Amino acid sequence: MDAIILQILNGLDKGSAYALIALGLTLIFGTLGVVNFAHGALFMIGAFCAVTVQRLLNLSFQTVDETQKDFLGNPLKVDTPYVEAWFGPEVGATIIDWSVPLAVVFAIPIMLAVGYAMERGLIKHFYKRPHADQILVTFGLAIVLQEIIKYFFGANPIQTPEPSALKGSLDIGLMLGFDPNAIIYPIWRLVYFAFAAVIIGGVFAFLQFTTFGMVVRAGMADRETVGLLGINIDKRFTIMFGIAAGVAGLAGVMYGPLNPPNYHMGMDFLVLSFVVVVVGGMGSLPGAVAAGFLLGVLESFASTTWATTTIPGINQIIIYLVAIIILLTRPRGLMGRKGVMEE
Amino acid sequence: MSNNELTRRGLLRTGAVAGAGVALPTIFTASSAAAYTNEPTGGTVTLGFNVPQTGPYADEGNDELLAQQLAVEHLNGEGDGGCLNTFTSKALKGNGILGKKVTFVTGDTQTKSDAARASAKSMIEKDGAIMINGGSSSGVAVAVQGLCQDAGVIFMAGLTHSNDTTGKDRKKNGFRHFFNAYMSAAALAPVLSKEMGADRRAYHLTADYTWGWTQQESIAAATEAMGWETVNNVLTPLASTDFSSYIAPVLNSGADVLVLNHYGGNMVNSLTNAIQFGLLDKVANGKDFKIVVPLYSELMAAGAGENIKGVLGSMNYNWQLDNEGSKAFVKSFGEKYGKPPSNSAQTCYAQVLLYADACERAGTFNPCGVAEALEGFEFDGLGNGKTLYRAEDHQCFKDVLVVRGAQNPTNAYDTLEIVEVTPVEQVMYAPDHPMFGGAEASLGECNSGA
Amino acid sequence: MLGLDKKDTSLLIIVAILTLLAPFILNPFPTGSAMAQFNAGYPDLMQRFVIFGIFAIGFNILFGLTGYLSFGHAAFLGVGSYSAVWMFKLLSYNVIPAIALSVVVAALFSLLIGYVSLRRSGIYFSILTLAFAQMSFALAYSVLSNPKFNLTNGETGLQVYADDPQIFHRDSLPDMPHLFGLSMRSTYKLDIGAWSFDFNAGYYLCAVIMMVMFYLAIRIFRSPFGMMLRAVKSNQQRMNYTGLNPRPYTLAAFVISGMYAGLAGGLMAAMDPLAGAERMQWTASGEVVLMTILGGAGTLIGPVLGAGFIKYFENIFSKINDNILHQWFSFLPDGIEDFMVFIVHPFIGKGWHLTLGILFMLVVIFLPGGLVEGGQRLGKWIRNRGKGATDAKTKQEPAE
Repeated sequence: MDAIILQILNGLDKGSAYALIALGLTLIFGTLGVVNFAHGALFMIGAFCAVTVQRLLNLSFQTVDETQKDFLGNPLKVDTPYVEAWFGPEVGATIIDWSVPLAVVFAIPIMLAVGYAMERGLIKHFYKRPHADQILVTFGLAIVLQEIIKYFFGANPIQTPEPSALKGSLDIGLMLGFDPNAIIYPIWRLVYFAFAAVIIGGVFAFLQFTTFGMVVRAGMADRETVGLLGINIDKRFTIMFGIAAGVAGLAGVMYGPLNPPNYHMGMDFLVLSFVVVVVGGMGSLPGAVAAGFLLGVLESFASTTWATTTIPGINQIIIYLVAIIILLTRPRGLMGRKGVMEE
Repeated sequence: MSNNELTRRGLLRTGAVAGAGVALPTIFTASSAAAYTNEPTGGTVTLGFNVPQTGPYADEGNDELLAQQLAVEHLNGEGDGGCLNTFTSKALKGNGILGKKVTFVTGDTQTKSDAARASAKSMIEKDGAIMINGGSSSGVAVAVQGLCQDAGVIFMAGLTHSNDTTGKDRKKNGFRHFFNAYMSAAALAPVLSKEMGADRRAYHLTADYTWGWTQQESIAAATEAMGWETVNNVLTPLASTDFSSYIAPVLNSGADVLVLNHYGGNMVNSLTNAIQFGLLDKVANGKDFKIVVPLYSELMAAGAGENIKGVLGSMNYNWQLDNEGSKAFVKSFGEKYGKPPSNSAQTCYAQVLLYADACERAGTFNPCGVAEALEGFEFDGLGNGKTLYRAEDHQCFKDVLVVRGAQNPTNAYDTLEIVEVTPVEQVMYAPDHPMFGGAEASLGECNSGA
Repeated sequence: MLGLDKKDTSLLIIVAILTLLAPFILNPFPTGSAMAQFNAGYPDLMQRFVIFGIFAIGFNILFGLTGYLSFGHAAFLGVGSYSAVWMFKLLSYNVIPAIALSVVVAALFSLLIGYVSLRRSGIYFSILTLAFAQMSFALAYSVLSNPKFNLTNGETGLQVYADDPQIFHRDSLPDMPHLFGLSMRSTYKLDIGAWSFDFNAGYYLCAVIMMVMFYLAIRIFRSPFGMMLRAVKSNQQRMNYTGLNPRPYTLAAFVISGMYAGLAGGLMAAMDPLAGAERMQWTASGEVVLMTILGGAGTLIGPVLGAGFIKYFENIFSKINDNILHQWFSFLPDGIEDFMVFIVHPFIGKGWHLTLGILFMLVVIFLPGGLVEGGQRLGKWIRNRGKGATDAKTKQEPAE
C-alpha cells in the first residue's frame, strides 16, 4: 500500500513537468496550428534563467588571501559575492539561498518576451507553410538556442539548489498512519506539484473566465469566423504564444532543483512532451494535462521492481507502449478534436 | 537514341571502374608502397584525437583535448616539458617522435559508437592519422578499438571503465591506461568494509547497458565476498533524467547502502534525487544510511555539487596525488589552462606520451612494433606512480584511488579528497578472469594494415 | 530510355556522372593545402553520402508523395544493419546475402509497423511510428543485449567476433566485408600532381546501388501508383468517396520506403561491420526528416542533396579546430588573426551543431522548397542574367 502511494506521488510529480510542457505545446498547436519543436528549448531556457540569476547573485570581487594557497601553490584568491558585501553576510547568503524562487519573478517577463519575440520574429511567417517547414525551422531554432546556452554555460549540469528551508524530505507516511520511513517524499517535489497545479489552474481560469480567454477559445474553434467578426485574433494568439513560453519557462525554473539543468534537457523532454500532447488529443488542453499525469503515473509504476521483473525492460518502453495502445483504441487520443492535425 | 548511347557509355564506365577495383590489391587507405597504414613519410606525424565535442560529455571531451594538446606541445619541446622530465623512460627528447614534428587532428565522437567510428575513419583515411586517442565511454572505446584493429593503427583508449575493453573485446592494437570496474570494486570493497562494517545490505541502481552491468557485477561480487548482502539490483534506462521512482522504494527495501552504478548525467541526477529523498539522514537496520558511487569524475562531482559530501567512490587519478609526475603534470596543465586536470585528462595525456615513447623505443611507427614496445612496459613518472602495461590484455596496472566528497571544500577543485591509495597488488587479476572474457578472450593478431 | 522521359533521363545521367566522378568532384583542393580541410572525397564520407542518399530517397517516397510524416524510419535502418551483421556472423563476410536479408527483414518490420500505424493519419501517425522506433531503440540498447539472449550487443554495437560460426568463410577471403573476394575497403589511390583521389570498392558498390534505387524512385514517381500516392496527399477524402481505398497504396509506399531504409542500413553494415543501437534513436529518424525537407520534399534529387549537406557538416565542420583556424588566418597580422579565430571559433569544431542549426533556419526561411529551390532560382538567375534581365537578381539576394 505504502509503495503504491509512493509511486502515485512520484507519478504526479513527474506528470506535473510533463503536463506543464504539454500544456504550452498544445496551446501553440491549438491557437496557431504550429508544430513547435523549440518548445523543449523554452523549458531549458527557463531553467537557465535560474542559473543566470544564481550566477548574478554570486557575482563576486576577489581578494587575495596570503595565508591560503591554491592548487598551484599561489596565494588563494577569495571570492566574496557583492550581495554579501552589500547586505551583510547573513542577508546576502539568504538571498543567494533563495535564488530559485527569485528566478521565478525574473523568468516571467523574460519568458514572455522570448515567446513574443519568437512568434513575431519567426513563427508568424510560418503559419501558412506546411508543417514540415515548421518542424525544420523550429528544430533549427532549438539547436541554435541550446548551442548558445552551451557556449556560455558548458555542457556539464549546473546545480541550482532549492532554498535550504525547503531541502530534505517529509515523512508523509507518518501523517497517514504508516510506519516511520514508509513514505518519504522530498519537500521540493511537493512544492513543484503544487506549483504546477496553480499554473495549470491559472491558465484554465484565464481561458475560462476572462473575455480574452473566451475570444481565444472561440478562435481555437474557428479562427476565420472570429476574424470575420472584426476581432484581431492574431494579436491575441501572439500573447498566447508568450504565455505558452512562460508556462514552459516556469516549469524549467522550478525543475532545476529536482535535476540540475544542462543545455540538452529540452531535447530530452521534447519527444516525450509531443507524445503527451498527442496522447491527450490534438487541440485539447484538458487532454494534454490528463495525459501528462497519466503517463507520469504509469511510468512510475513501470519502474518498480515488481513491474521490471514481470516484464523485463518495461520501464524503457512504457510511455511508448501506452501511447500506441491509446492511439489505436481512441483515434484522436484521450480528448482530441476531429480534424486537428489529422492531415 | 542519343540518350541511349550516353547511358551505355555511363554503364561502360561503371564496368571499367568496377573491373579496375577487382584487379587491385586489398589495402585500406595507404598507397600500396607503404609498409603499414599511414606510414609518415614527410617531416611530420599526425595523431588523431577523437573526443566527444557535442552532447552531454562535451566538457569532458574538451578537457581531454586540452590535455592532448599539452602532450603534443611537450613532445615537440614546447612549454615546460611536463612529465617528460619525470617519466622514467628517457627515450623522448622533446624533438617530436623519431625526429618528426607531431601534429594532430581532432574529431567529434558525439558519444555514439557510429559517429565515433565515422570520425576515427575520417582521421585515418583523410588526414593520415597513425594513432587514435580519446573518448569518454566504453561503448565508443570498444567500437573504435575494433576499427583501429581493422585499419591497422594503434588505439590508445581514453576514459573507458567497462571490463570488456580489455576483457572480451580486447584487441592487439588497442591499449587502455584507465582502470576498470573490477579494479574499482577491488579497491573500494575493503574501504567500504572498514568504514561501514561487514554486514551491510546493498541496493544497486544500475545503468541498463554494458558498462553498468559489468560494474554492478564487479561491485556485487567484491562486496559480497566480504560479507555484504545485495538486496536488489534495479536497471534504469539510460535515457532516464529523473530517478525519483527508482530512489523512492530504496528506504523500504531493508537496504542500508545505495550503490549508484551510473555515470555522467545519470549519476548527477540519481545522486541529487537520493539526497533529496534525504537518504543520507536516515537510519536503516540500526546503521546510518550510506551512498556509494563506484566511479567518480571531477565533472560529475562539479555537476552534483554539494550532494557528493561524504559519498565514497574510486578514481583513476586525482590531481592532489603527491608524486613527482603528478606535480609536474598539474603544474604544466594548471599554468596553461588555469585549472587542475581531471582524471580523464590525465589518462589522455599519459596515453599520448606512452605512445610516443613506445615509437621511440621501437624505432618505428609500425603498429606491430609499437604494440610490442608497449607490452609488458613498466614505467613511472606520469602521475599514477609505478605502472605496468600488461602484455596479455593491454591493461595498465597501477594504484587505484578511493576518494570521498569533501565535507568542507575550500575551492572548486578540491571537492574530492583521497581516502586511500589502494596498492596495485590488491586490484590485480588474472588475464583469463571470467569477468574478462575467461580463457576464450584473446588479443588476436597485430594488424599493421599492410 | 529505360521508360523515362527526356527530363528524367537527363536527371538520371547527371546523378550518375556526379556519383561516379565523386572522388574527383569532392576533392577539389590539393592535399596538404589549407583548403584540404574541406575535401570530402575520402571513402568513409563518400559512402555515407550515397547511403544516406538512399535512405532519404526512400523516405521521400513515403513523405514526399503521400505526405505521411514518419518519425520512426531509423528503426528500419537499424534492423537492416543488425540483420546484415548477423549474416556476417553466421554465414560469411560476403555482402550479397547480408544486404538481401537486411532488405527482407526491413520489409517485414515495416509491414508490421506500417499496418498498425497507418490506421491513423496526420500527427497521430507520426507519433505511432515514433513510439515504435523508440521502443525498438530502447530494447536494442539494453534488454535485447543481455548475456542470455544477445541479439544486438547493446551499447557497443553488434560486431563480428573471431569465434562466430561464419560457416562459408574461407581463409582465402578477406577478413572484411567483401563482394566475392573484393574487399569493400580496397582503395585505389590516384595521385595527380598535388591532388590525391581515392577510388574505393565499397563506395562504388553503394554508388551503383544508389543509381538503381534512384532510377526506381523515378519510376515510382512517374507511375500510376505514384499518382495514386499523390492523390492520397492532396485529398484523401475525395479518394475515399470515389470508392478507392487508399490504405493498400500508403502501406505499399510505407513498405517500399522501409525497404530503402533497410537497404541503407545493410550497406552501412557492409561498409563497416558494426551496428550500433543509436542508429534507431529518434534523433536518427529526425535526421532523415530534416534531410528530406532541407533538400526539398517531393522532389527527386532534393533528399540526396539534403543528405549530402547534413553529412558534410557533421564530418567536415566538426573536425576544424583552432589550430587549423590559425593556419588559415596566419597571413593576417597577429591581432586580426586572433580576432578572426575568435569570431569563427563558435561555429566550427564543437560548434558544428550551431552552424547546422543556423543553416536549417536560413534555408527554410529563404528557400521554402529546400535546396532544390535554391538550385532552381540560381539556374533561373543565370539564365535571366544571360538575357540581361535584372529583376530576378533582387529575388535571389536573400538566399545568400
